[in-house]
Amino acid sequence: MKIAVCVKQVPDTTARKELTDDFRLNRASLDSVLNPFDEYALEEGIRQKEAHEGEVAMVTMGPASAEETMRKGLAMGADRGVLITDSALAGSDIWVTATALAAALRSGGYDLILCGQESADARTGLLPGALAEHLGLPFLSYVQKLDIEGSQLRVRRQLSGGYEVISANLPAVVMVVKAINEPRYPSLKGIMASKRKQVTKLDAGGLGLEPASLGIAGSRTEVVAATPRPAKEPGRMLTEPPSEAAKLIADFLAENKVIA
Amino acid sequence: MDFELSDEQRLIQQTAREFAEAEVAPHAAAFDQRAEFPYEIVSKMAELGLMGLPIPEEFGGAGADTISYALAVEELARADASVAITMAAHVSLGTMPFLLFGTSEQKEKYIPSLASGERLWAFGLTEPNAGSDAGATQTRASLGDGTWVVNGTKSFITNSGTRLTAGVTVTAVTGPSSNGHAEVSNLIIPAETEGFTVAKDYHKMGWRASDTHELAFQDARVPEENLLGERGKGFRQFLTILDGGRISIAALSVGLAQACLDASVKYARERTQFGKPIGSFEGIQFKIAEMATRIEHARLMTYKAAWLKDKGKDFAMAAGMAKLFSSRIATLAADEAVQIHGGYGVMEEYPVARYWRDVKIGEIGEGTSEIQKLVIARMLDL
Ligand SMILES: Cc1cc2nc3c(=O)[nH]c(=O)nc-3n(C[C@H](O)[C@H](O)[C@H](O)COP(=O)(O)OP(=O)(O)OC[C@H]3O[C@@H](n4cnc5c(N)ncnc54)[C@H](O)[C@@H]3O)c2cc1C
Ligand SMILES: Cc1cc2nc3c(=O)[nH]c(=O)nc-3n(C[C@H](O)[C@H](O)[C@H](O)COP(=O)(O)OP(=O)(O)OC[C@H]3O[C@@H](n4cnc5c(N)ncnc54)[C@H](O)[C@@H]3O)c2cc1C
Repeated sequence: MKIAVCVKQVPDTTARKELTDDFRLNRASLDSVLNPFDEYALEEGIRQKEAHEGEVAMVTMGPASAEETMRKGLAMGADRGVLITDSALAGSDIWVTATALAAALRSGGYDLILCGQESADARTGLLPGALAEHLGLPFLSYVQKLDIEGSQLRVRRQLSGGYEVISANLPAVVMVVKAINEPRYPSLKGIMASKRKQVTKLDAGGLGLEPASLGIAGSRTEVVAATPRPAKEPGRMLTEPPSEAAKLIADFLAENKVIA
Repeated sequence: MDFELSDEQRLIQQTAREFAEAEVAPHAAAFDQRAEFPYEIVSKMAELGLMGLPIPEEFGGAGADTISYALAVEELARADASVAITMAAHVSLGTMPFLLFGTSEQKEKYIPSLASGERLWAFGLTEPNAGSDAGATQTRASLGDGTWVVNGTKSFITNSGTRLTAGVTVTAVTGPSSNGHAEVSNLIIPAETEGFTVAKDYHKMGWRASDTHELAFQDARVPEENLLGERGKGFRQFLTILDGGRISIAALSVGLAQACLDASVKYARERTQFGKPIGSFEGIQFKIAEMATRIEHARLMTYKAAWLKDKGKDFAMAAGMAKLFSSRIATLAADEAVQIHGGYGVMEEYPVARYWRDVKIGEIGEGTSEIQKLVIARMLDL
């Protein structure tokens, strides 16, 4: 089975983020990491490979430095990497990102394409669906359990009050949630061996894409304004005696539908 | 000059840190209080590849460099010094002698199960009457009929009595030497050797979850081939082993000092007196700023020593200096950390009490600070 896992390089999740004047994330001063949500997709890919044999390729679109962050995935157990990198891609929106990823994935003959739930920077959660649309493949979102039997996929989709079980034919695009597994640590042997694993670099030309359809030029959305999230309001401190305070808390929880 | 870590080094540091924070730190206080060897953590470290980190891949290790090794020891010590010394002693005192001096049969026989962390190995140099003067070994081994017969006692031997311990390498006098000094050699003593007994664990102030025993040899017999490398080279061999071991203790001390800094900054922000966080008082800020500066200094010395070793350059003096300095500033850091915590610093509920008990051994183990200074002075032709 050939498995592709889409991973994104994101700024260190603990770092303070700033936007440039044209509302793009100022990445220059930030350390980068593998999008933490994608570690779950990668772990699932590796487990499926361990169960069904085959290979796991990581596919990313990003700056040349994304090769470094891919190394963690190679150390966890991915077999190889594909890095789509081209200055023409800077400023790409979801449409363009999905176009470029689809171009790289289409020729790969993958049976299963795994994505994370969202990126830790832009966090739209839209890319996996857009990717499936571009590839014309079934899309299974918010998956918390995944079983493969032959050419059939059975998944549990997380819903707000429970889950539903659906199935699809392979190949398919699957977006996984954190509940699906616990990602492994990259083994130290794996880290040292990752040097020997190959990361193939592709540019727009190599993917047969026209520069005019890429980057800011090709994007169909435009960020027109950005506002910082308003500061969280301070919590309410209860100073009433415990018996009264308990009642107030219970009322509050009921009001907000946490308890019935 | 380039202070950037390589991709592998950074990833190893990151992995060791995540592992230490998630799997080691939460249990450190409990193992310390019970003075219990953390078997489960050691088995997880083995799985991750820590127990054979700098051992070449051909023998089942990860083949990482000394800088990566130092980074890993530092991160472990930041969570728990007992766990860090268990790993560091196993690697640099237990396994390295085979790699550095073993015959190819010895390497193949012993290293793989040690590099995988399935088994542990110890190194026995210190004796009741031979500590700093390690050359004054009283343990004797005589060869007859293809068998070494070993008699003597070893003190304070790390990793010598766990369920995982496969054996210990000991220094012993194997005969008179031509220049009047005794001939010293290293012998490989498997745990199951008859006549070799492991005494009860010591009752320690620090590194309490690490395993330390006195060992006794009474007509302990091992085959002739259990001589490590060449006969009569034991003295040189242990000096070389200790040079590498000093990087371990330096890194361990840096990690402990960092833990003291982390705890101090956190507490200084939280604790309010005179209506303000104590971290807003200059008297506390200065302590913390000095602590951070000393740690940076010690860390640079430690990485430099490791870097020299990786480059194949002479690193003995740099390692001695790094160990001397790092262990000293770590003791100072622990002292200030307790001071910053006030009365709570004396309570075992806060981790700084443990750091304070753990940190002192850095100035004693693998050559005391006084001996480091003698070694450095000797290299300055004094
Ligand atoms: C402040 C801000 C400014 C922006 N500015 C612009 C702009 O000027 N123009 C513009 O067009 N867009 C802009 N974007 C959007 C940006 O291009 C998106 O980050 C990108 O399209 C991917 O979407 P996402 O990060 O929301 O991914 P999500 O949909 O949240 O990610 C879900 C999953 O998709 C996969 N995935 C996502 N990205 C990649 C990737 N690059 N490579 C491989 N797999 C991936 C991963 O598996 C991930 O877990 C901006 C976003 C922000 C927050
Ligand atoms: C927890 C722990 C684990 C250990 N693990 C191991 C191990 O795995 N293997 C092993 O072989 N050993 C181990 N040791 C032993 C350790 O290496 C020795 O304790 C150390 O070398 C000092 O020897 P000593 O205790 O006999 O002190 P001594 O040598 O008796 O020293 C007493 C004091 O005299 C000072 N002194 C001695 N000579 C001089 C001098 N010439 N000039 C100035 N001052 C001097 C010392 O610095 C010290 O302050 C361990 C020790 C501890 C505490």
